[in-house]
Amino acid sequence: MIGTISSSATPRWSELLAGIRAQLPILLGTSPFGMIYGILAVEADLPVPVALGMSLIVFAGSSQFIAAQLFASGTPGIIIVLTTFIVNLRHMLYSASLAPYVRHLTMTWRSALAFLLTDEAYAVTITRYRQQPVERAPDSYGHWYFLGAGLTLWVSWQISTMIGVFVGAQIPSSWSLDFTLALTFIALVIPALTDRPAILSALVAGIAAVGAYNLPYNLGLILAVLLGIGAGVWAEGRQPGTDDSVGPQMNGSIDPHTDGEKGQP
Amino acid sequence: MTLWLIILGMVVVTYTVRLSVIALLGSAEMPDTMNRALRFVPPAALSAIVFPELLMPEGIFDPSPGNVRLVAGLVAAVVAWRAKNTLLAIGVGMVVLWTLQTVV
Repeated sequence: MIGTISSSATPRWSELLAGIRAQLPILLGTSPFGMIYGILAVEADLPVPVALGMSLIVFAGSSQFIAAQLFASGTPGIIIVLTTFIVNLRHMLYSASLAPYVRHLTMTWRSALAFLLTDEAYAVTITRYRQQPVERAPDSYGHWYFLGAGLTLWVSWQISTMIGVFVGAQIPSSWSLDFTLALTFIALVIPALTDRPAILSALVAGIAAVGAYNLPYNLGLILAVLLGIGAGVWAEGRQPGTDDSVGPQMNGSIDPHTDGEKGQP
Repeated sequence: MTLWLIILGMVVVTYTVRLSVIALLGSAEMPDTMNRALRFVPPAALSAIVFPELLMPEGIFDPSPGNVRLVAGLVAAVVAWRAKNTLLAIGVGMVVLWTLQTVV
């Protein structure tokens, strides 16, 4: 499945390590949430294996939070499952966005990467992939980067959940560590602003997300992204002179196999 | 038992959503209109996460200069744009936030 570890072991490792490295600062922001989830799950009277199991196999922060609260209030299971579906619906957009970059991979690879597809893994991985044209994805080791980023978050999510469940420890909210998450996304959105339609898309999505903030189940988020995409497509259609295929992110590197450090955001 | 069934249901819906297009787009070509739209997922999705974090601390809309998260976020954006360095942007953003939190 994973292929022979032969001539190209080094670029694989360097991509894996680059993915891990890109995810490390994000852990500052996600770990406090994992701990709070663990505490919430215990308070909701969930048995310890179930509380830990949810982090292990569902692996979706915001829906785990909501589920713990729903369990506590005795909500019927079918409602909890449906709510989870709606809360995580935005991941379908990430799936579509990454699909062209991973389509050459085996189903085993794609199945594993899809399991690790969170907001945080998506943000760093798509930024990495977009440093090159999509046609070069099969020659790159971007999937190792994806794997490194995804696994790093998964492992740390288990650890922080366990701290919450067993120790009940929390990081004081006055430290504002959650803000590192926003700062990381700020740093990642800048290289995505490649041209005017992309900037308009970001503005519309951002303003819509603020406007729709109070919609339940993360619906405001997916609505905002869809409006942003619509605005981008519309703006691009108004620019007859420009080619829609590429932006400045196509100033790819010379050799996709040896640029483990290059352009690392 | 019932609890585990619910967890299993959560796994199925979450994983199905994440796998959806990644699994379907194998040999089939992505329609051109779709490709055109997908280019905007990163800017739209990332800013849809960022804007409320900066403009709605504690869930209340606050575009004033007294909003320390907004100020710290804007400074970090400038750092990220000029220096193209994520860690530096995070570091500067946090220092600005902590400083303003102590001062304000």
